[in-house]
Order: sequence, then structure tokens, then C-alpha cells
Amino acid sequence: MADLEAGTTAASRHPRPLSPHLQIYRPTLTMMMSIAHRITGGALYFGMLLLAWWLIAAASGPNAYANVEWFMGSLIGRLVLFGYTWALLHHMFGGIRHLIWDTSHGLEPAEREMFTLATLIGSIVFTILLWVVGYFAMGGPR
Amino acid sequence: MSERAQIRTPLGRVRGLGPARSGTGHFWQQRVTSVSGIPLTVALIVIVIGLLGRSHATVVQVLGSPVVAIIMLLFIINSAYHMWIGMQEIILDYVHGEIIKLLTLMANTFFVGAVALACVYAILKLSFGV
Repeated sequence: MADLEAGTTAASRHPRPLSPHLQIYRPTLTMMMSIAHRITGGALYFGMLLLAWWLIAAASGPNAYANVEWFMGSLIGRLVLFGYTWALLHHMFGGIRHLIWDTSHGLEPAEREMFTLATLIGSIVFTILLWVVGYFAMGGPR
Repeated sequence: MSERAQIRTPLGRVRGLGPARSGTGHFWQQRVTSVSGIPLTVALIVIVIGLLGRSHATVVQVLGSPVVAIIMLLFIINSAYHMWIGMQEIILDYVHGEIIKLLTLMANTFFVGAVALACVYAILKLSFGV
């Protein structure tokens, strides 16, 4: 405690060194994907409102449901849903990666880069794939 | 650090502490809900794609059928708990003022509770057709 207080008084003359923070380091893929995992999680948090809207509209009746369908089918609605799909898949694949890392496997430099790249590419590929399947399920693009 | 904190054992200090005053239980619960979330998310995607462009009557019938309704309820409850813990973690990382922290933590609980309840209510209404 005494040392700490001495350090604090010295700080008034000589600022104590700060530990390096984020902006010091060269951005790496694992770093970017770590924050992307949190951001997609936050987006999905609010995206749950869309699911709630859809379900409540279905429970409310044909008119309410038509409104949801109109929004989801609009250009903005499709963009939001496309982003939602990617966020969901990215968060899920990233989550699987973190679960594997939690077992202390796959943490060697080459392995963690491979895992990280695989979940990024996987999320993009599967998002496009799901949308192609979705369009065919609706009877082709319109 | 107070005098009292220094004579406590490390275990005693860890127990019930952390900025949320709730210990490490959430760490494990977040892993459990992420594992259960994987099959539930896959199921949700299949259900949603199957219902794309279908008529309101069909959507009501499918969402209200027992198996689909149970999967949807599991997805909603599982996701609600997972996102409640996740948002709490984000808040604790970035919100430092004691009052604003308490308020945002409360807002998190209110938001998740309301959204989850609304979804559950809608599914039950579709199931029982009241």
C-alpha cells in the first residue's frame, strides 16, 4: 500500500508508464474476429426483436402478418435479414471455435489462424448458401 | 483496499464478487447455453426457411404444431438467457459509473424479459389458438 501511494505522488512529476493498449498492437485476424464475435452477439440481441415481431404478427392475424412480410420483403428488410443471417452464423461458428479453444485445443499459431479463417469463410459461404436455398424455397428469385 | 478485504481468504474474496456480484456461475452457464444453442439455431433456420413465402394460415398451423412450438420455445428461452448473460458481460466491460451500470444492467433484464415473454406468449397463442 505504501509503495502504491508513493507511486501515485511520483506520478504528479513523472507520469507512470501505461501498459500498451489496443491501438499499440498490429491488428490481427484473431483480434478482429474476437470483437466481431461480440458485435454480432450485440446485433443478435436486438435482432431478437425481429423474431418477436414475426411471431406476434403471426399470432395477431393476417393483416399484421402481411405487414411483417411487406417489411421483410422490402430492400431494407432483406438487407437487415441478410445481415441477421450472417451475424447468426458468424456468432454460431465463432462460438464453436471458442468452445474448442475452451478445451485448450487449437491454440497453436497456425491452428488458431486456421480456425479463425475457417469460421469467417464458413459464415460467409453458409450465409450465401442459405439465401440461395431460401430463394428456391420461395420458388425462385423475384 | 479496506482492512477487511485484506484478512479475507482468496476463496472468500472470489465468492460472490466480480462487478456483477455474482461470481463465475455465468461463465459456465454461457457455455451450456451456447452448446444447446447450436442444434436449436439449426432447427430455427430450417423452420424459418420452410415458412418463407407461405400463407398466414400455413405459418400459424406450422408454428402452432407441437414439435415446432416446443423447438421455438426452447430456442427463445435458451437464447434469452444466453443474451442476457452476454449483454451483462458487455455492460460490465464498458460501463463503469456505478449508477449508470446498475441502470443498464436493469435495462438488460427488462429488455430480455419483455422480448422473451412476448415471443413465448405468441407461440402459446399460436399453439392453443385462443
